[in-house]
Amino acid sequence: MNRRVVITGVGAVTPLGVGARTLHERWTAGACGIEDGEAPCAEFDPKVAMTAKEARRSDRFTQLAVAACAEAVAEAGWDTDGLPYDPERMGCVFGTGIGGIGTIESNHAAMIESGPQKVSPLAVPLMMSNAGAAALSLRHGLRGQTYGVVSACAAGAHAIGAASRLIKNGDADAVVTGGSEAGLTPLARAAFAALDATSEVGISRPFDRRRDGFVMGEGAAVLILEDGEKAERRGAKILGEVLGYGATSDAYHLTAPDPEGTAAAAAMRAALRDAGIGPDDVDYVNAHGTSTPLNDRSETVALKRALGERAAQVPVSSTKSAIGHLLGAAGAVEAVATLLALRDRVAPPTLGLEEPDPELDLDYVPGAARPLARSNGRPAIGLSNSFGFGGHNAVLCLAAA
Amino acid sequence: MSATVTAEQVQPVVYDALAEIGPDRDQITNDATWEELDVDSLDLAELSQVVEEKFGVRLKGDDVAQIKTVGEAIDLIVARAG
Repeated sequence: MNRRVVITGVGAVTPLGVGARTLHERWTAGACGIEDGEAPCAEFDPKVAMTAKEARRSDRFTQLAVAACAEAVAEAGWDTDGLPYDPERMGCVFGTGIGGIGTIESNHAAMIESGPQKVSPLAVPLMMSNAGAAALSLRHGLRGQTYGVVSACAAGAHAIGAASRLIKNGDADAVVTGGSEAGLTPLARAAFAALDATSEVGISRPFDRRRDGFVMGEGAAVLILEDGEKAERRGAKILGEVLGYGATSDAYHLTAPDPEGTAAAAAMRAALRDAGIGPDDVDYVNAHGTSTPLNDRSETVALKRALGERAAQVPVSSTKSAIGHLLGAAGAVEAVATLLALRDRVAPPTLGLEEPDPELDLDYVPGAARPLARSNGRPAIGLSNSFGFGGHNAVLCLAAA
Repeated sequence: MSATVTAEQVQPVVYDALAEIGPDRDQITNDATWEELDVDSLDLAELSQVVEEKFGVRLKGDDVAQIKTVGEAIDLIVARAG
């Protein structure tokens, strides 16, 4: 089987606000969700999408996921019309980098302070990294294949890729997918700082000469993927398509990317091959663009390796310049940002890029958004890159409808 | 624990714990069933933890399975504590 995988709903909760359109519009307008060196979802209120009891049974990463999912499911029309397919053929594949680390930290603190009897019976169900996937399945009655995906900062993209395969291979008719992260906690903060991964000055400026690390953010995004034929038959509004997916591993270093970008480039080429297109068909690249010295250099090398001459022509921008690094949610949030950018035929800007790094010479769309060049009347096509600690590379090829 | 634990002492602790866990306070009465209050096994595990801390009484799986109402839980705690 080789079925089309279409996107019928998207949702997001990000440091730029609640809602996928909010993310797209504010980023495109040049707004930045980073304050005091961090990017929290300051406008998020868990009680909007959940009862008090549901919120109590969810770590913040799950709360963010549930809210993003409510938006996506509403856009797909599932909330008013009910589930469109056999629930056993509807699944959920959902990524996170760390899972319920806030729950782990608060329970650990209670245990140290008052003993093991103070550890909550809810600690395990809240902290487990599959809690997001489980919550979405439970809430929407999805009885097909459901599991969590864990691959650090590539988790969101891996989840979408794996979800698209379930549909492509005929194992599911619809899959709720995406990623979520709520790692603005004392331990996570200290741990990334100890690794020198985060910016000391608290500024995200991917591809800039002065970049010194990423800014931590939190958030979630959900995409509803459906079998193209079935979605058309039920009259769903089709937003776009997952055209291709490629994933590789560096097998180079536990945290540092391979400076040659060989495996990352192979993932991009695999995504293009899967989509049945070539480098010249790519209208936009949503970079992983973390604002770390190493990533932005190796990603640039990888883009040239994968796209050849096209690399110098295609606009490449980083969502992390506007919302920081959402770790396991990043790939999902950036897939949503990419899709909406392609639909509006616009390349949102890389914010904070004021002093170009002489080594990095692609078109990173500094400062302000720009319209995408016309592409022979066909819908715009983009790549969304995600790379994770561990050497994981996941690349999605998306098209607007 | 002391043998002087009474239903009057236990009731507010149980009511407060339940209100924290989920049900609206005005729904919570001695006659209310777990089903009516939408209290499930995870909620009862949380309630048990509070009860153990306050009264030194452990409510474990089989005990809890027998109990259907708030009042029955209070009676069991009083009996065990005594």
